[in-house]
Amino acid sequence: METRVLELRRNVLNKNDELARNLRARFQQAELLVLNLVSSPGTGKTEFLKKTLTALREHGLRVAALVGDLETDNDAHRLMESGAPVRQITTHGCCHLDAGMIERHLEGWALEDLDILFIENVGNLVCPSNYDLGEAVRVALLSVTEGEDKPLKYPGIFNSADVAVITKMDIAEACEFDREVAEANIHEVRPGMTIFAVSAKRGVGMEEWLAFLLELQSPQSRYVMAIADAGRRAVIS
Amino acid sequence: MHELSIIYSVVSTVTKAVADQGGGQVISVRLRVGALAGVERDSLLFGYDLATQGTPLAGSVLEIEDVPVRIYCSSCACEQTLVGVQSFRCPVCGRPSGDFRSGRELAIESVEIETPQSEQAPC
Repeated sequence: METRVLELRRNVLNKNDELARNLRARFQQAELLVLNLVSSPGTGKTEFLKKTLTALREHGLRVAALVGDLETDNDAHRLMESGAPVRQITTHGCCHLDAGMIERHLEGWALEDLDILFIENVGNLVCPSNYDLGEAVRVALLSVTEGEDKPLKYPGIFNSADVAVITKMDIAEACEFDREVAEANIHEVRPGMTIFAVSAKRGVGMEEWLAFLLELQSPQSRYVMAIADAGRRAVIS
Repeated sequence: MHELSIIYSVVSTVTKAVADQGGGQVISVRLRVGALAGVERDSLLFGYDLATQGTPLAGSVLEIEDVPVRIYCSSCACEQTLVGVQSFRCPVCGRPSGDFRSGRELAIESVEIETPQSEQAPC
């Protein structure tokens, strides 16, 4: 018996990466801006997204959402209150969304009839960072109740994100939350990242966030998406 | 928990690659795992023994090569290796850098297989 070595040099998640590349090509073809929202459970992604969808619809934009949870379709029902088309992805125990789930749940939607698609990931700050969903922009959310050092504890996901949003700012004082420290920690693991601080419930900071989305969605900003696509999402081998 | 699904991807990719090369018993699989890949070494090793049972990878060794985070520092005009993953600053000049060069790898580098001599390809 003799041995030999096969040089594979292949990404472990190559199947997901390939599906994500196909999705990204479809999104670009349809001129559809896609954002992937990641955070811990309980950060307030659903409330933040519901207010975002409602406001964007008032601006005349055609928006939709896919929402991932281990069980129940409670979040989809909450998001539907915005009037936007919403589909629930129930993962039955799987701790993240993958590109295959996105592809299956987009079936029947005419992507060219949409302007912005939001994907609300399963609440988890570890596993979703490995799975490219074909998004142009990854948004990492952090609530004031979680502590300022969350980005230092979970550097992988914050480093993989393009934008950070600090949520529940209306209760920041009660939580003795230090915004400056939190922002410094975010920048420690992802220098230069754009950060928004909001209270979706009270509407605080939402205008800046919406202005950012409108700017991203405009045709002249498409190059920003292209840069994000090429750089952040690529798994370097 | 996603380490197990990652290991199943490894088993599936390696099984197919070995079959494409004419088959053989797998002796070892070498993975490159970045410091920011979000997977845990012990969980990978634990899942490997379980997931390889009944496959050409059964009894093989999983070798894990750790890949540190590297950034490009524009002040020093060179790539630098970070000691940890909590601070994306140049270890030499202390300047923050978002110019990320490596550290998120999760790749199958190579596979060592035992081939019966009769099936060996000519050199």
